[in-house]
Amino acid sequence: MGEFGQGLINAATLIVSFDSDFLGIVGLSLRVSLSAVVIACLIGFPLGALLALSRFPGRGAAVAVLNALMGLPPVVVGLIVFLALSRSGPFGVLGLLFTPTAMIIAQTILVAPIIAALTRQTVEDLWAEYGEHLRSLNATRADTIATLLWDGRYSLTTTVLAGFGRAIAEVGAVMIVGGNIDNLTRVMTTAIALETSKGNLEMALGLGIVLLVLALTVNGVSQLIGASAQRQALRA
Amino acid sequence: MVDLFRRLAWLLSLLPLIAATPTAAERPLILATTTSVDNSGLLKHLLPKVTADTGLTVHVVVRGTGAALRLGTSGDADVVFVHDRLAEDAFVAAGHGSFRRDVMSSNFLIIGPHDDPAKIADLPDPAAGLRRIAQTKTLFVSRGDGSGTHNAELRLWTAAGLDPRVASGTWYRETGSGMGATLNIASALDAYLLTESGTWANFGNRGALTVLNDNALLNPYGIMLVNPQRHPHVPENDARKFIDWLTSPVAQQAIDEFTINDQHPFRSAAGAETTAK
Repeated sequence: MGEFGQGLINAATLIVSFDSDFLGIVGLSLRVSLSAVVIACLIGFPLGALLALSRFPGRGAAVAVLNALMGLPPVVVGLIVFLALSRSGPFGVLGLLFTPTAMIIAQTILVAPIIAALTRQTVEDLWAEYGEHLRSLNATRADTIATLLWDGRYSLTTTVLAGFGRAIAEVGAVMIVGGNIDNLTRVMTTAIALETSKGNLEMALGLGIVLLVLALTVNGVSQLIGASAQRQALRA
Repeated sequence: MVDLFRRLAWLLSLLPLIAATPTAAERPLILATTTSVDNSGLLKHLLPKVTADTGLTVHVVVRGTGAALRLGTSGDADVVFVHDRLAEDAFVAAGHGSFRRDVMSSNFLIIGPHDDPAKIADLPDPAAGLRRIAQTKTLFVSRGDGSGTHNAELRLWTAAGLDPRVASGTWYRETGSGMGATLNIASALDAYLLTESGTWANFGNRGALTVLNDNALLNPYGIMLVNPQRHPHVPENDARKFIDWLTSPVAQQAIDEFTINDQHPFRSAAGAETTAK
């Protein structure tokens, strides 16, 4: 009980103190994970929608692979991105290893399959409902995809949040490709791992509570935005 | 539908804003080092002085000795600062490093629960202590990760004339993790382990653990320049400046003065330099 109490106190102290190191870590966590989610959406929305509307041999296998990729182990993704970006790897000349960009790349690879797979399901369900109607309008494929994505925007919000949850909570990949460098690539999860390794369990717990609050805030804000958009749509 | 594409275009235009990484004109130095150096707080003590004296910015990546040397081999670090003399000499001999220089040393310690079920506290010889742990089959946790501390532990077992790996999974448990994680496990299991004075002095979650033998081994640290002939992107001048600073009298004094919880875990030992022949 003592540790949990001390963890809560530490969490409150961290939030209230506005310590610049701490705010830097929180800011980087958000920057890396939100960037990864935005890029993953740009890849995953069209890819998932396209797969939902396409009929080709081996489509079932493609869907199964995409769904399986939702379970990509972060450590493996981290290792692959590490080897690719290493000075001895194919993209070594870019000098991206141990930078926030490397972390964004790794998290994008983790999040994109989640966005694509869940989008595929959403769009396929909508297509079953409105497909007949859209076909009768002679809508082009691009128009159909855009319409169905727009129609599915409320359930796609949950999709995006699932992707964000994966990114912000992940430690294996960012630890390997970011290196947990102080003031450069240290994020919430790697800071928690570091404090745990120092045996500062109360501080690690405090950071963990802050991370939970952060995730809750992002989810709460997006829910508020979604609800107000829905109200406006109903009024219109 | 044009509406949706306009929204997407708007999102795209934001992308460079959030994804952009500030790139300094001068590349900061990348130092690969071990948990003992970083977790002890020594680097926090030294790095501001480095920046003040030389103007260098140093980015620290923390790994076990084996993994840190790998970062040097692949050219992903510019300077490697670790503690495993044999592996360091092999690193330089293979041409991965230009040279190796002594920097400092700490002590390996045998840690265990203070009620000391294997009764090793009265044995001054660490190898004898390990033999008694093996005889009584008392829990011992090992790093098991090819780190400097792990290799030192294995050498100590060899000195004791034992191969603990035959008991792997029973009383001898290999965590495959860093020093901190392994200390946490030992603390939770009331097990024995070999650690190093730097990490131990700053470790918070000790539970019932205490030092039972501080006579285990000397733990020398060496610093190496990653070979710029193999890896032309290594900023050789900056790297040499950093190594010279760390082995200078000013830095050596700072190492000796460094205290955590009233202990001096590191002793200066700058001097000998070895190069590949």
